Amino acid sequence: MYKTPDGKEVFVVDGHTHFWDGSPENQRNIHGKQFVECFYAYHTALSPKEQLWAKEKFEKYSADDLYRDLFIEGPDDVAIVQSTYLKDFYKNGFNTIERNAEVAKRYPERFIVNGSFDPRDGEKALEYIHFMKETYDIKGVKMYTAEWNGASRGWKLTDPQAYKCFELCEKLGIRNIHVHKGPTIIPLSKDAFDVHDVDNAATDFQNLNWIIEHCGLPRLDDFCWIAVQETNVYGGLAVALPFIHSRPRYFAEVIAELLFWLGPDKLLFGSDYAIWKPRWLIEKFWAFDLPEDIARERGVDLTAEVKEKILGLNAARLYDIDVAARKVALAASPFGVAAE
Amino acid sequence: MSTVSLTADRRGELWARLARVNDPELDEPVTEMGFVERAEVMQNGSVEVDFRLPTYWCSPNFAFLMLDGIREALDALSWAPAYTIRLHDHMFADEVNCGVAAGKSFSRIFDELSGDQDIDALRETFRMKAFKRRQEAVLLGLRRQGLTDREILGMDLFSLDGHIGGEEAEAQKSRYREALIERWPERKGGEPVFVTWQGETILPDALGAYLAELRAVRINMEFNGALCRGLKTARYKEMNVIDGEPTLVDFILDRVPPRNCAARPAHN
Repeated sequence: MYKTPDGKEVFVVDGHTHFWDGSPENQRNIHGKQFVECFYAYHTALSPKEQLWAKEKFEKYSADDLYRDLFIEGPDDVAIVQSTYLKDFYKNGFNTIERNAEVAKRYPERFIVNGSFDPRDGEKALEYIHFMKETYDIKGVKMYTAEWNGASRGWKLTDPQAYKCFELCEKLGIRNIHVHKGPTIIPLSKDAFDVHDVDNAATDFQNLNWIIEHCGLPRLDDFCWIAVQETNVYGGLAVALPFIHSRPRYFAEVIAELLFWLGPDKLLFGSDYAIWKPRWLIEKFWAFDLPEDIARERGVDLTAEVKEKILGLNAARLYDIDVAARKVALAASPFGVAAE
Repeated sequence: MSTVSLTADRRGELWARLARVNDPELDEPVTEMGFVERAEVMQNGSVEVDFRLPTYWCSPNFAFLMLDGIREALDALSWAPAYTIRLHDHMFADEVNCGVAAGKSFSRIFDELSGDQDIDALRETFRMKAFKRRQEAVLLGLRRQGLTDREILGMDLFSLDGHIGGEEAEAQKSRYREALIERWPERKGGEPVFVTWQGETILPDALGAYLAELRAVRINMEFNGALCRGLKTARYKEMNVIDGEPTLVDFILDRVPPRNCAARPAHN
């Protein structure tokens, strides 16, 4: 629960968190080393300096670090913990569903564990979706279209194999498909983070929600154009939000574009923990006002009501969280006491 | 002329040439982004350039475009030296460096690495983005100076050249002018200076919507630019001194001195 400076209580769903192991012991090769180093560079480049971690801690942090940073010192009520396998880079994977489910087990009412699959695995991917539904009752998955798999350097949401997987997700009620579409890294001949495949997939699977993490940045215009036409496309603010600290005017321009095209009901807060911690992000976001010229230019406003939607109510809707009931449940949980 | 001053002159020419090579994705000079880690004129006149990008994962096609730009810059040096260009700490550094050392053209290395990409189409896309970003800067600058939309859109090349702004406005103007002339080398002084990439006139009523389109282009480019700068600084642990003191980042991170590039035979 985030308590605003004037005492208002805001329900927070952190739509994008991780519990990874990027430690040297788990790195399979140079790519694993470079991958977590790239994350660490994001962390150091965009965090306020008093929030910085040493690299060893960043590579592998404890479950207690996570609980504290999200729920005790941090204002998250519920955190969606995303799975990213990267088994070509890490011996035991980067953050697999097993690892995430383990950390979530202690506080089940506070976590939503999302799965992940790789359509290029064919039949095995379908079996794996069944397995995740049966074992963890997942409501969502995280897709990483630029992930390497053998000789392949990426895939598209519109690949026939991917469609088979999404058909199964729909059948099993796995409704929330988070797709990483972010900064341009890795891609070779094709831009694996190009957003155009979202357009077709969202049209063809109307019953699924497509949450585009990082809002497709740096392809924000393409993303907005698609999102405005597809009622089931959402934007996740991870990576965009930290700019609120280092380049607030730039953040204002981005959020104004998103509000103009997508509106306040389609945007989801995400800290991308442990790259960034939720407390400072949320404090700055709550205190943030759009510069008058930008608000006027786009005819949008970032009111307290809009912020509440972005911080939690929109995600609660996608994940069927009854906010009032959940507040009561969390207030009664031992964690709530620890946080006082 | 002494050897020392000759080398100093050549070094000046070398950096001036390199400063004209842009990161195509960001439309900013590679020298300003800090990507050229070392550029040296050796005693025998040969040239060595060491190049690093913000991350190990930076798109290889963009890396190729920049190295290709550097190659063109070095080919244009007045003393026609032998040279070496080396890309460091990139996932395809070996392929690129071996390719260059073997005298392969960039397009051949590029073809082998990434098959179906049309590098000329990519170049054209980036040229268009640079044109739009530079144009937006000039349009907004003129608006800030108090010109009406009608006055701005009525300008031709002569009147833009004659319009005096501040130092920043002048710099933006000259970069836009360069992009405009690259797009339309035959542009006459009396022709409109603000047109779309397709060459269409922009009407005052439509300027707001048109600027929104340009803004979207800039937002994407700025995102990349800000990230690249941040990641570059974080990756190579550059000392960021504030008020004469190193920041916490420098203490948390071990500062790593720039790696020296092993001497390699130069080639033409």
